[in-house]
Amino acid sequence: MAYTEEELKKELEQQEYQYGFTTDIDAETFPVGLNKEIVKKISAKKNEPSWMTEWRLSAFEAWEKMEEPEWPNVKYKKPDFQKISYYSAPKTDPKYESLDEVDPELLKTFDKLGISLEEQKKLAGVAVDIVMDSVSVATTFKDTLAEKGIIFCSISEAIQNHPELVKKYLGTVIPKKDNYYAALNSAVFSDGSFCYIPKGVKCPMELSTYFRINQAGTGQFERTLVIADKGSYVSYLEGCTAPSRDENQLHAAVVELVALDDAEIKYSTVQNWYPGNKQGKGGVYNFVTKRGLCHTNSKISWTQVETGSAVTWKYPSCILKGDNSIGEFYSIAVTNNYQQADTGTKMIHLGKNTKSTIISKGISAGKSQNSYRGLVRIGNNAENARNFSQCDSLLMGNSCGAHTFPYIEAKNKTAQIEHEATTSKIGEDQIFYCNQRGIDTEKAIALIVNGFSKEVLNKLPMEFAVEAQKLLEISLEGSVG
Amino acid sequence: MSLKDKLVSSFLAFELDADINSSIHEIRSKSIKDFEKIGFPDRKHEDWKYTPIKKVLNEDLKIFSKRRHLLDFDKVKDFFISGIESYKIVFIDGMYDPFWSETTHDGVDICILSAILNKEKYSKLLDKYFNKLTNKSDSFSLLNTSFSKEGAYVHVPKNIELAKPIEIVHINTGSDNSLMLQPRNLIIVEKSSKVEIIESHYSIEKNGALTNSLTEIFVEENAFLDYYKVQNDNTSNSLIDNTCIHQEKNSEASCHTFSFGNNITRNNLSFYQNGKGINSILNGITILNEKQLTDHHTLVHHANPSCTSHQDYKGIFIGDSVGVFNGQVIVDKIAQQINAFQQNNNIIIGDKAAVNTKPQLEIFADDVKCSHGCTIGQLDKSALFYLQTRGIPKKEAKALLTYAFANNVLESVKIKPLKTKIKKIIAGKLGVNLGFEL
Repeated sequence: MAYTEEELKKELEQQEYQYGFTTDIDAETFPVGLNKEIVKKISAKKNEPSWMTEWRLSAFEAWEKMEEPEWPNVKYKKPDFQKISYYSAPKTDPKYESLDEVDPELLKTFDKLGISLEEQKKLAGVAVDIVMDSVSVATTFKDTLAEKGIIFCSISEAIQNHPELVKKYLGTVIPKKDNYYAALNSAVFSDGSFCYIPKGVKCPMELSTYFRINQAGTGQFERTLVIADKGSYVSYLEGCTAPSRDENQLHAAVVELVALDDAEIKYSTVQNWYPGNKQGKGGVYNFVTKRGLCHTNSKISWTQVETGSAVTWKYPSCILKGDNSIGEFYSIAVTNNYQQADTGTKMIHLGKNTKSTIISKGISAGKSQNSYRGLVRIGNNAENARNFSQCDSLLMGNSCGAHTFPYIEAKNKTAQIEHEATTSKIGEDQIFYCNQRGIDTEKAIALIVNGFSKEVLNKLPMEFAVEAQKLLEISLEGSVG
Repeated sequence: MSLKDKLVSSFLAFELDADINSSIHEIRSKSIKDFEKIGFPDRKHEDWKYTPIKKVLNEDLKIFSKRRHLLDFDKVKDFFISGIESYKIVFIDGMYDPFWSETTHDGVDICILSAILNKEKYSKLLDKYFNKLTNKSDSFSLLNTSFSKEGAYVHVPKNIELAKPIEIVHINTGSDNSLMLQPRNLIIVEKSSKVEIIESHYSIEKNGALTNSLTEIFVEENAFLDYYKVQNDNTSNSLIDNTCIHQEKNSEASCHTFSFGNNITRNNLSFYQNGKGINSILNGITILNEKQLTDHHTLVHHANPSCTSHQDYKGIFIGDSVGVFNGQVIVDKIAQQINAFQQNNNIIIGDKAAVNTKPQLEIFADDVKCSHGCTIGQLDKSALFYLQTRGIPKKEAKALLTYAFANNVLESVKIKPLKTKIKKIIAGKLGVNLGFEL
């Protein structure tokens, strides 16, 4: 290939400022394309031990043999994996000790997005590990956490400093060959978050990460690993924003949660990546694999609010391996304009007396397509397993679609499963009632949607719930004809 | 030679034997070519994920049934519904049996398909109706179309309310080799007419057959159809049943499926609503034991506004049996004011029994009320205890609760003697004799 880094840079420079706002930070970007050399290069760049390089390479080999899945109920132009640059890191090395040292340009971007670091820092109880274009640039509240023995850092740091933990748990919940995008992520993941809560520790604050995609033409391959040791508790928040961009960006993250005996993990996500413009042009492709493994008496709870991305393909799941373990999934997925979402969950019951709850709310507006796809599986030995699922869809306008594909497989005679789904629209009488009381139609819709999603919003941590409510309103703005 | 190769290579001989000059010759030839291309589905196919159909696609299956079997009254009497006047179309090992049948051409046509396939005066009718509803990408539909020769033919012209129900009875004697049968039914209910049909499957001896049945049903404006299926073959048989129902405006069609028999039963039941004010009803009771498997795939396609559909499937799974339910509801963009309801309740009794269910909604219109519910559970322990304290033995108490569980669907059977017959089969299946009428 005669295509050099210089040429790429030139190309990128020419593109800059053409769309939306792009932070002008000198970034180091790999040439586009994907092969063994690139994988090795990523590993070398991050100064990884040889076992990690081997791990990446074997994932890459598996990925090469796999095919992109066709089954999701979404239509999109398949990304060309040879046209993506797999590594991009802000060049302003080394790491910062305090916020003052952070590139002011970078901070400005966050300001524009309304998630200023200062504000975040002041918000008591929230430690922020910001990931901008794959490399974490600022971590706060580390000391408070360190006191308790909690490890909360970027995954590359964890590979350097806690290799025994990473080696033990990485890829145990989501094997590197699990699926097409998980394999790709395993091969090329650039960075992500790592969190370890020691035995019996209750994490004193909500841990939070903000993700951003910034560099033009770079896919984002996040890797998150959260381990809650015996009897511990952690609540983890993940929020995402991306500046507007005309070209589809790929995001293929992997999130692994491990809840050991008696532990509890609460994982909340607010996702509002750029969904493309009103004509359905641009927007982020979000193909994420998220899965948690529950040991005895443990609990994993996923809460998500999805309003962004052009195409979403995401199923946060729980493997209820230990007896008496609990899995929960609360989700709101909003699609507008030309967005497509195929999301849901999998609850795999293996242990005895396991319980799972699924509450999924889908709201489709404009010309969007919103699908729920879920699996509840009760294994042979899962005595007294219990599941309750509820999937409600709300349709706004007659050009959108709502679909449900729940798979229910029970192999044990003591299983108790309930599933219900409804699809409806906002009643004219409901809006009329609000109008009568002086609430205009736009506000009335917001009110009704809020009520429709309340069950899920209530599960979010306080600050997130406020933000999520606002997001719902913004996402559905102008969807009333 | 695999079954597929065997079928493809037998096609020529089949057509020569049937009638190569038939007006459906081209349809048959095209279908066998398409079948040759796609072959049989395996479990990687989404629609066959839970049903190991390969298991019954045995190369020893005979494609031609040569010998005609005659049966005595005491052998067949149990297969008819007693205490009822009815038209009868009886097939023994896939061959029409005129002795036990009662057909008519008086105002209505209640006869067999082979009688019209080669007749010039029916060619227009065949052009209009034959093979119009089938799924052209389904292997078994294609196969049935290529080998279509015999089956029931019912044509009720407009404004006729049939006084008697029609019984279509398939009896597998199982006395020779295992057979592969391809019955093909065509049912046309014209404007403002009313018909009740009972299709039943029974078998006598152990040599099982694989029946690949296909039924096309047209229910025209204001017409009414009640279709009952009683699937009660012994476990050496398997049944693949494709039923496609096309409805015109203001019509009502219901299909009640009672599955108790067979090794593997696969029901593909699809409704297409081509007009306003249509009502479609799909009901079913499945009771299985041992290693039986029943797979219901239903599809209701709401293509027009102001229609309703109602689905209610109950399943009871004893022993190592497996139940599969896949209910699909599609609501097109223009189909506003749709009311679609779907329910699937299952009780697992057997230690190794399993249920796989997938209710599926695909909705493109906003002013609709669509809901589905699905449960998997057990018989209520306290109710069981209550009955036992009243001196009812456990087995009978369980049976009582099972009846109660399935009652909604049982009550939808409008022909009383048929209801009694189904209750009897259920009692036999549960191994109880309650000694009184429920």
